[in-house]
This record gives sequence, structure tokens and C-alpha cells, in this order.
Amino acid sequence: MNVLLLLLILMVLAGLWSILTSLLLRATIALALTSVLLTVVMFQMNAPLAAVFELSVCAGLISVVFISVISLTHRQPLKEYLARRQKRILRFWPLPVLLLVVGVGLSFVHRPVHIMLPHPTAFGDIRIMMWQLRRLDLFGQILVLLAGVYGVLILFRGNKNGN
Amino acid sequence: MGIEMSQMFWTFFIFFALLLVEGFYCIIVTYNFLRVLIGLELLMKAVTLFIIVAGYLSGNLALAQSIAITVIVIEVVVVVVAAGIIIGFFREYDSLNIKNARSMKG
Repeated sequence: MNVLLLLLILMVLAGLWSILTSLLLRATIALALTSVLLTVVMFQMNAPLAAVFELSVCAGLISVVFISVISLTHRQPLKEYLARRQKRILRFWPLPVLLLVVGVGLSFVHRPVHIMLPHPTAFGDIRIMMWQLRRLDLFGQILVLLAGVYGVLILFRGNKNGN
Repeated sequence: MGIEMSQMFWTFFIFFALLLVEGFYCIIVTYNFLRVLIGLELLMKAVTLFIIVAGYLSGNLALAQSIAITVIVIEVVVVVVAAGIIIGFFREYDSLNIKNARSMKG
């Protein structure tokens, strides 16, 4: 539990860094770091398949998409950047304080939670769960992926002149 | 739910709540389209974490993993399409400022 606690604290700090940093590239790296830490948490909780998905898709693919978007945009002028940076500090300084208040507040509020948990299913194997019991989810996922591909094709299609 | 499990649930719930606060704050306060997407990503991470924790505590880890994978697939499609929209927006307005979206037609 101590290792998990440390990982969760680091995860929240990485998320905070991704919001507070003024450079978008650093924010992307911090987001990838958050994903990596979530992956380690998942491995600790014996969920290796979801962890591998999280690492490859969220820490890998999404970071590549973010970096591609950043490279397709250009930098703002230095003067404008410095002026905005000052305003950013004013807008974002309450966040660490808010996190501290929420975290400390919730840890003091702690009461025993009485939730009726469902009985563990007989199918503890993720392969049986995915390929036999929740096969309809896979069709849904394929449809969502195709919708995403179609959306990207429409967004990036050129005009009649080929531009 | 036993006392130890209840304590564990509450610990994870605190971090889930902190990630939610980060995500919502980022979406509400920022003017940059990409940062809105980063806030959305943080919210998705909080949800994924909580799904796995729920599965871990209830003993339904296989079901939780399959749902987490579905969430991750949806997450990546949302991000890719949103990235395409952001690039289109930047080409039109030469800026990522979300205030410019007010002047969009249709």
C-alpha cells in the first residue's frame, strides 16, 4: 500500500505539472508521465492487460498526437508569451491550494464506507471476459475506431484543387 | 466491505477526487484548446483509475480491465478527432485561443 500511495502522489503531482507548466511540450511530457505512473499502479493491482494498453496508447500514441499538433502550430512572439505567462500565473496559482484543501479535507472527513459489493464473477480470466462474455463491446470498440478514422479523414481531406 | 478495504477505498477515492479537480480546473480556467484536451485526458485517467480500483476491491478485475480497455479506446479516438479539429481551427484563426471559437459560424 505504501508503494501505491507514493505512486498515486507522484501521479497527482505529474498531473499538476502538466497544468501549471507554460510550455505545451512540457505539458505533454508530464501527461505521458501521468500515464506511465497510472500504468505502474495498474501493474501493482494485478491488471496487466489494461496497464499495457494504457502504456502503449495513452503514454505513447496520445503523446505522439499531441506533439504532432504542437509541431503543426507555431510559437507566439516572445513579448506576447511573457505577458501571457504573467497572466497564467495569476489564473493557476489557486490550483495547488485547492488540491491541498480538497486532499486534507477528504482525509479528515474519512468515514467507513458501506457499499454492497457484487460477488466476484466465476470468469476471472480477462481473455474469456473479453472474447466470450463481452464480445459486443469489441464490436462497439471497432465501430468507435472506424468513426475516429472517418473523422480524421474528413478533417484532413484537401479541397478540389488538391490543397 | 471490511474496515481495511473501506480505508483503501477512501484512499483511492481521495486521489480520484484530486485528479478530477485538476482536470475540471484546467478545462474551466484555460483559454488554450490543447490545454482543454489535456484537462479531458486527466479526467479520463481519473475514471480509468477508479474502474480498476473498483474491480480490484470487488474481485471483478477481469471485468474492470475489459471496461478500462473500452474507455482507453474511446479516449484515444476522442483525442485524435479533437486534435484534427484543433488543427483545422488553427489554420482558420492562426491561434489556439478558445475565445476565437465564439466567432465561428454554424
